[in-house]
Amino acid sequence: MKCKGLFAELADYLDEMLDPALRVEIEEHLAKCKNCRVVVNTTKKTIEIFCNSEPVALPEDTRQRLHSALEKRLRRVQA
Amino acid sequence: MGSPKVSPVPPTPLPSQVVKDDEPILVAAAKSGDIAAFETLVGRYERKIFRLTNNITQNKEDAEDAMQEAFLKAFEHLGGFQGNSRFYTWLVRIAVNQALMKLRRRRPNLVSLDEEIDTGEDTIPREVEDWGPSPEERYEQTELGSILSDVIGELDPSFRVVFQLRDIEELSTEETAEALGLSIPAVKSRLLRARLKLRQKLNRYFQRGGNS
Repeated sequence: MKCKGLFAELADYLDEMLDPALRVEIEEHLAKCKNCRVVVNTTKKTIEIFCNSEPVALPEDTRQRLHSALEKRLRRVQA
Repeated sequence: MGSPKVSPVPPTPLPSQVVKDDEPILVAAAKSGDIAAFETLVGRYERKIFRLTNNITQNKEDAEDAMQEAFLKAFEHLGGFQGNSRFYTWLVRIAVNQALMKLRRRRPNLVSLDEEIDTGEDTIPREVEDWGPSPEERYEQTELGSILSDVIGELDPSFRVVFQLRDIEELSTEETAEALGLSIPAVKSRLLRARLKLRQKLNRYFQRGGNS
């Protein structure tokens, strides 16, 4: 497999959805090609960083407006 | 019976496990009109939904409106929620629609999400510098949050929304395709492009040897 071939399969490789034979081919290429290895590793890390990121707390005024809007509308819907 | 395990302290469930355990009970209570149960669900997901609408709209005011409308619509249409997917996944779909409406209103020339787009070159990027282990630990949590928000904001919306749903909200490819009215190949192609673009943008913060 060449770099271009790896790129064509990269989406499914990152999502671990490749059949085992193709996966082995990719991993053999990665063992030999430093550029692809760096790109794949840093792309995996990118996904991991975003996936693990915690959302920050809502600004207090935003939160208050949300809950007051909900209270008004929910009680009206329920009435 | 006869388990060899001796563990006096039961493992603490992860927050995600807690969510899965009591979510159907809260949803059922909210369906029967229990406002407090619905407010518990809101309190649980408000931060994530706000991050979602903020990442899509890139505008605080629109993000707040979209979040409010999403929760209100969810409550009003809860009777139609069949429980075939997780409540959170259903809520995300509603919030995405609200956020996209805001985005389109503010940016009428926005490329339609279902339009074919040029995904650029089809060769793997050339990159020789690695990031090293745990590059994100170089930053404080709030600073890292701000970096992530900035770089995702630089993406084209048609990539940004797909990445948001797949890799931040952790919807499946099929759920993402359904929520956005896209084909599965279109989701896969945009997701890969988004991931590679974000990787490239994060290079300037995470590459070995500094953050310039």
